[in-house]
Amino acid sequence: MTAVAELRAASMRLGGRTLWDGLDLAVEPGEFLAVLGPNGAGKTTLLKVLLGLLELSGGSAFVAGVAPREGRDQVGYVPQLRAFDRALPLRGRDLVRFGFDGPRQDARAAVDAALEAVGARGYADEPIGRLSGGEQQRLRIAQALLGHPPLLLCDEPLLSLDLSHQHDVTALLDRRRREDGTAVVFVTHEINPVLPYVDRVVYLAGGRWAVGSADEVFTSARLSSLYGATIDVVRVRDRIVVLGADGEVEACHHHVH
Amino acid sequence: MSLDFYLQQPFAQHALLAGAIVAVTCGLIGPFVVMRGMAFAVHGTSELAFTGAAAGLLVADNAVAGALVGAVVVAALLTVLGGEERDRDSTIGVVLAFGLGAGVYMLGRYHGFATAATNILFGDIFGVSNGQLVLLLAIGVAVAVVMLVIRRPLLFASVDAEVAMARGVPVRALGALFLLVLALTVTEAAQVVGTLLVLSLAISPAAAAQRLSANPATVTWLSIGFALLATEGGILASLASDTVKPSVFVTAISFTIYIAARLAAARRRPAYA
Repeated sequence: MTAVAELRAASMRLGGRTLWDGLDLAVEPGEFLAVLGPNGAGKTTLLKVLLGLLELSGGSAFVAGVAPREGRDQVGYVPQLRAFDRALPLRGRDLVRFGFDGPRQDARAAVDAALEAVGARGYADEPIGRLSGGEQQRLRIAQALLGHPPLLLCDEPLLSLDLSHQHDVTALLDRRRREDGTAVVFVTHEINPVLPYVDRVVYLAGGRWAVGSADEVFTSARLSSLYGATIDVVRVRDRIVVLGADGEVEACHHHVH
Repeated sequence: MSLDFYLQQPFAQHALLAGAIVAVTCGLIGPFVVMRGMAFAVHGTSELAFTGAAAGLLVADNAVAGALVGAVVVAALLTVLGGEERDRDSTIGVVLAFGLGAGVYMLGRYHGFATAATNILFGDIFGVSNGQLVLLLAIGVAVAVVMLVIRRPLLFASVDAEVAMARGVPVRALGALFLLVLALTVTEAAQVVGTLLVLSLAISPAAAAQRLSANPATVTWLSIGFALLATEGGILASLASDTVKPSVFVTAISFTIYIAARLAAARRRPAYA
């Protein structure tokens, strides 16, 4: 199997600071990959490289075997939730329609199918600004997946969603990658909401990086060496809690926004 | 004089035709003006049409040509200086202040009849010549064609610039192109309702329309319809009244439509937040 997305010896410097260096990563079809790390570690930057919006400082990036700019059709993108204005004259189905590029007469069927797949038919004709955050994110996912791209990039799609909507959205993405083989690269502050689904984790911190399964990466030794400080990783039932010198590293970041 | 009599006259027919062209183009761009929060850009570019007109008079004795060239210059200037979205309004304010000052100076230097420049402030729909009508039509068709071509990507860029950019939509270029289209439309509209009243055609109809529907296509059709109703209704009412300027009726009708749309929307869907 060829990788859906690949970074080879990739490095990124922004404003004189090295975000990551020599990063090797190959995302397989159907894989659920979580990208974690503190604020400013370069998680979103990594997505922007794969979206073709930023150039690497060194190394190379590929999407579906080509440069990210050429591979745009192969990528779906779900951003952070920024609620739409309540008065915005746009329906849910109009947002989803933006994901469609084919001939006009096929649009309606493609949009309906995409709405159906995320269970959003019921509110597709409502003004989008009047929908809940969870409903809006479902519509964004429908838009991103409409063209059946092999790769889906999500930038903190759970931020400012309540727990039940967080669960809905992650379960939806998980089902999609199992049924369609869509690889999911999921940037998040917090591992726990996606822990049941992730195959591998990329952890970025302090200019260093680690790649592996959640069990491999989330160890006190591994994270301590990334942060260059003493970090304790504690398992509480089926949750992972990361404790740093200044308190709970993950939870702190999660509540900053 | 009766309305029937006036409708036989070329000046009234020209007015109705010019009004229709301006209404359609304003109705077409209006929803994007409202969605992108560009009301102040409309106001700024329309007032700067006065500066363009004054410059046109001074240089070539042609207010309309001056206003149109001015619109292009203003759009280019605002694109270059514009930068981030939140700086946009202050940039417009700065350019507008300087532009009006320059306009007053140039009008002072002009020794012909200055009515051609002040007409652009208040509108001179009953003074549209054959040549102007042709120019108006050409600009109207150009604006309509551009809007038709860029409609969908511009809508995407307007509601969700981040994702549009990620999908390869040229968000910045579209923004610059729309500003140019807006400046030309507004300058064109200024000749009908005048610079000071352009907002009533470029904003009010679209603002009313978006109260009534969330379907972008419906909003565009309603916006065009409302703009036509205000313009043609205003011109006819002015002819019938014999003394009152059309701008008065145009603005009154479009304000009435806006209030009616808000009332209708409030009845249908209570504003719960």
